[in-house]
Amino acid sequence: MPKKSEVKIIFESIKDMPPLAVSLYTMDYNKTGSWRNVRPIIDYDKCTYCTICWKFCPEPSIDLEKIEVDGKEKFKPIINYKYCKGCGICWTECPVDAIYTEEESE
Amino acid sequence: MRKVIIGNHALSYGAMLSRAQVIAAYPITPQTEVIELLSEMCANGELDAKFIKVESEHSAMTACVGASATGVRTFTATSAQGLALMHEVLHWAVGARTPVVMGNINRAMAPPWTIWTEQTDSLSQRDTGWMQIYCQNNQEVLDSVIQAYKVAEQVKLPAMVILAAFVLSHTSETVEMPEQEKVDEFLPPYELEYKIDPDDPHAFGGLTGPDGYFELRYIIQKAIEDAIPKWEEVGEEFGKLFGRSYGLVETYKIEDAKELIISSATVASTARSAIDYLREKGKKVGLLRIRVFRPFPAEKVKSLLSAIDKAIVIDRNISFGASGIFYQEVKAACYNEKNKPPIFGVITGLGGRDVGKKDIIDIYEYVMKQDKVESDIIWKGVRV
Repeated sequence: MPKKSEVKIIFESIKDMPPLAVSLYTMDYNKTGSWRNVRPIIDYDKCTYCTICWKFCPEPSIDLEKIEVDGKEKFKPIINYKYCKGCGICWTECPVDAIYTEEESE
Repeated sequence: MRKVIIGNHALSYGAMLSRAQVIAAYPITPQTEVIELLSEMCANGELDAKFIKVESEHSAMTACVGASATGVRTFTATSAQGLALMHEVLHWAVGARTPVVMGNINRAMAPPWTIWTEQTDSLSQRDTGWMQIYCQNNQEVLDSVIQAYKVAEQVKLPAMVILAAFVLSHTSETVEMPEQEKVDEFLPPYELEYKIDPDDPHAFGGLTGPDGYFELRYIIQKAIEDAIPKWEEVGEEFGKLFGRSYGLVETYKIEDAKELIISSATVASTARSAIDYLREKGKKVGLLRIRVFRPFPAEKVKSLLSAIDKAIVIDRNISFGASGIFYQEVKAACYNEKNKPPIFGVITGLGGRDVGKKDIIDIYEYVMKQDKVESDIIWKGVRV
């Protein structure tokens, strides 16, 4: 299969197309964050680094960063707003209510 | 080697000889011995395949499509309500270009609950893009499974091998068993250019907008059109290796025919003996059996009908609100032709009511008395 590209491929004719709907590129170009009405924000003072939000994020647009807390290795969730659609699963699932929301203004 | 087997087992042996690698099936009604025998073959090691028992026909077809997309040969079988339940995934198999092969035993649709033969179940799936092969005996059933894989894998479209409930499915006939080495020679291992591969991940069947979907449909139509000559080529090649040739259609006593009886599956087989009788009486009648219904062999039908005076299409199926389905297709194929005969459509044998030689002779004699087509349906054998 051809190399993947990060820009959307527009086929000029069927000669360039595969015979079936198969992705030849990543979906990186499709910035689904623009769909978001409500922005989730993680309150790191409350966050226990349990990573439940990361597990539940369906997009997935929560990335984990390795950090050290009290000499222990932890994973800090960071929301990728380029792709987060604001579906609400993370703030619903968070066991310590560490994710609050704000209306998107633009 | 010859074996006396029922039509259901002819499907099983066809899948076995084709070396199906994944078989997914729902094991309860309306399932038949097709899957029973295949599960035994998988259990005793005769067939090196993964047998997946699923909770519905919808899941059976889904498992086949998924497995096929990884580049393995897949098989399933069903009937009537089971086929209807698969409907969504039948479209998926075509769009995903997975050459799944399936056996369908033609049973009438419920309600009322029934298990006897009629073709409306498979004909209701005619617009999905599945290729459809209607068989007239158990030998053809077995041979068609092997050919179906060959054509399906070349054009990357699924194929349905179809046989009449009871008339073939539960009737024992002598069947010549092709030798495995020869089948392997005829049917090379399945290769797929675009397949699911964890080392090279891609999304399959993902959201496609108006900028791409239209072309993908066009490509499918071109692929199924390509299958028209392929069914002929593959049928001939099969004949060279195994001594039994097949094509899109089969004709019988058409050389000097003035009238043509057109039918499919086992009704066409019965029509052959009716034609022998009528020929003895001096009638110039021949038979056109449509074996491959999708892709529809329109060119064959047009050229055969251009030289005759009357055509009679016998359907064991109905499209409510219209007419018999083969009748519609034959009529549509001929509409723009300059030379075409009047085409009479007969519906008979719904729900497995017997269609015998005498019924076909009666149909022929009735039509011979008609000057023109008065109605799209001539009912034969219904008590009104």
